[in-house]
Amino acid sequence: MGALSGVKILEFGMAVAGPHACKLLAFMGAEVIKVESIARLDMLRRAGVDAEKGAKIQALRPGEPLPPGVSVDTFPSNATQLNKLGVSLDLAQPEAVELAKRLVARSDVVVENFRARVMEEYGLDYAVLREITPGLIMLSTSLAGKTGPEREYLGYMEIFGAIGGVGHLTGYPDGPPTWIRFSMDTMSAVTAAGAIAAALIHKQRTGEGQYIDFSSYEGAACLIGDALLDYAMNRRNQSRQGNLDDFMAPHNCYRCQGDDEWVSIAIATDEEWEAFCNAIGNPGWTDDERFADAHSRWQNQEQMDIFIQEWTMNYTHYEVMDILQKAGVAAVPSFNSPEIWGDPHLDARGLTVIVDHPALGAQPVLSPPWKLSRTPAEITRHGTMLGEYNEYVFGDLLGLSREEISRLASKGVIR
Amino acid sequence: MAETALDGVKVVELCNLAAGPYCTKLMADLGAEVIKVEKPGVGDEARRRGPFLNGIPHLERSGLFLYLNTNKLGVTLNIETRKGKGLFKELIAGADILVEDNPPGMLADLGLGHEVLSELNPSLVMTSITPFGQTGPYKDHKAYPLNSFHSGAEGFITPTGDPFPDRPPLRVARYAGEYEVGIHSMLATLGALYYQRATGLGQQVDVSKQEVLIDINTYELLAYPYVGWFPNRSTVLNPLGGIMPAKDGYGHLAMYEEVQWDNLAKLMGNPEWTKEELFTNPDVRRQRSDEVQQHIREWTKQRTKYEIYHEGQKAGVATGAYQTPEEIMNSEQLNSRSFFVELDHPEVGRITYPTAPYRFSKTPWRGRRAAPLLGEHNEEIYHRRLGHSKEELARLRGLGII
Repeated sequence: MGALSGVKILEFGMAVAGPHACKLLAFMGAEVIKVESIARLDMLRRAGVDAEKGAKIQALRPGEPLPPGVSVDTFPSNATQLNKLGVSLDLAQPEAVELAKRLVARSDVVVENFRARVMEEYGLDYAVLREITPGLIMLSTSLAGKTGPEREYLGYMEIFGAIGGVGHLTGYPDGPPTWIRFSMDTMSAVTAAGAIAAALIHKQRTGEGQYIDFSSYEGAACLIGDALLDYAMNRRNQSRQGNLDDFMAPHNCYRCQGDDEWVSIAIATDEEWEAFCNAIGNPGWTDDERFADAHSRWQNQEQMDIFIQEWTMNYTHYEVMDILQKAGVAAVPSFNSPEIWGDPHLDARGLTVIVDHPALGAQPVLSPPWKLSRTPAEITRHGTMLGEYNEYVFGDLLGLSREEISRLASKGVIR
Repeated sequence: MAETALDGVKVVELCNLAAGPYCTKLMADLGAEVIKVEKPGVGDEARRRGPFLNGIPHLERSGLFLYLNTNKLGVTLNIETRKGKGLFKELIAGADILVEDNPPGMLADLGLGHEVLSELNPSLVMTSITPFGQTGPYKDHKAYPLNSFHSGAEGFITPTGDPFPDRPPLRVARYAGEYEVGIHSMLATLGALYYQRATGLGQQVDVSKQEVLIDINTYELLAYPYVGWFPNRSTVLNPLGGIMPAKDGYGHLAMYEEVQWDNLAKLMGNPEWTKEELFTNPDVRRQRSDEVQQHIREWTKQRTKYEIYHEGQKAGVATGAYQTPEEIMNSEQLNSRSFFVELDHPEVGRITYPTAPYRFSKTPWRGRRAAPLLGEHNEEIYHRRLGHSKEELARLRGLGII
């Protein structure tokens, strides 16, 4: 039994912001029916990785068919559609919209992150859906929200980070701003899921549903809230500072043995500084008066960082973590992907698991990121395939006969 | 006053700095009653971090603290004393949720662990936020926000497309990673609260900062087990588009769909080079991306970042502008949506705060009060709510318990 068992969610999702939000809610036991179609494929069904070139997306013009031999089951799609029930409906067809409405009638929550006006064009906007289900919670997630002069702007993850100020505040002081990628999409997803959870608490108490207008632009801006307050209080317009902290030093990443391996070290107190000096064997430079107190260490950190790196270079980042953590100093590797998939701590926590996917076979995925003691969040199903649950959802849940389902399939309503 | 989404939800917070306080701030802003418990005379770590009003350190004038503690009630309490523990238990007896971020085992050592608290209040949802979670070989490792950020693997790829690959990996924007942990913690906590409201049963929620930051970075991590590929700072996922120089800063171009290329050509006025294979054939375009980028840059350099952003978007190209905090606060879009509110605070006066990235049609963001002063609500909570006499409060104050 999950914490959200009994909650029924209908997802009209694309790529990450909507689908990842629904996955997190499904991890806690909510039933998520994902509505998609070969006629409007989720971007992640076209996304993969080329071993040499890195990520790739099979970009299509609207209506362009998928090239022969290209699978719509991909590992990013598997990872994002975990626990969901996939149905296929071509919403450009009125009969498909009617079926979607019947699904709305049994839902608590509808989530959509299509482009501006798409849900309206289908006749599936909130004004229509709330008449079908009075207590409905509906969340739309978009670049800039559903009101205001930028309401129809196109949004991708990197645009969120740019206009939301995260890009401007990330980078080296003498370098350009930073192109923030997927974390802006997942941030949107997690925040949207949190908003839905709050609306569910309200609905649980009052029976009342509502519309939630989520803006990824604002989601990113909230991540720099303290810098916004600096401007509000002091008219100080902050910029990029690398890893620099307002008062902690050392506070940086240092190169270690190996290729592109780094460890983060942060020291806040004199006690930690002494412990650090002892742990690295009190080399001569640590007696230098330039590093005698917290203020001088902060002032002279550029030079100090060079000395520290001369020490870290002799060890792997795991060894530095071990040596310094034993001394009570905060040191943690700057982990990369292979390390995440094989780290002993994360293994002990059960972070990575294998799910069996009917088309793809054994698929390593990441477990739910929180542990609930009484109602464990868990992976119960592989990432749903396109239309995999058509029979169950349209037949068992909506009561359509087999003949009716195959009639709709042959008409291309279900596809 | 309109009803809020989390009306009637009672939260006790025993947290420092950013992640835990942001979690409960989100709940307080949605209407939960959050009692923030701070150490007498010392207070939350965030009170000692800038930005400060006029740059002068002061416990009540930290912008970080003010941002993270809107709409909360604040009390002081030394939970290491016998009397302090008693008062803490009184607070917990009436709470739905406790959010705490102490090292694993610390509360248990004080006799305030989950076992004790859940016996006192079986419906308590106790959320513990720690760098590495409550179990596993790193559970006792120390980590400041910088370390936690780098533990989640987004640091390793930051800054993206790094022009200086020999320089160290970076955190993303100040405390962004901690706020992401706060958001995730709210989600899991409200999930557990939903179950509590249905069944009366509480539980423990174990949030590892590392794991939620890994979730935030999921899509950069996924490829490795499949094709052995993983991004580092110099990885550019899409060699076309990206950060573009403008007359007055930087714009951004996100190119994922063919139709966006068609629109871009029109936007640039269909110059000759866009009629060649270099532009029209996706494969050639990718092979000769340097030339394509050069052409586009020549066009963007003639424009301001807002011309790139607004004219691009109006032409159906996913463009952006790298905005500064000042520009964000002056954004017509954000202001038209009432993203900012003004709140009064006795020490910093009336200033502007960002609210939240969502508008609920029925239950508004609660702009009731700015962050509490250290111990501001001691009398309200201990005297009026829990019934301790004013004399008793004076005595506790004298003993440094509150």
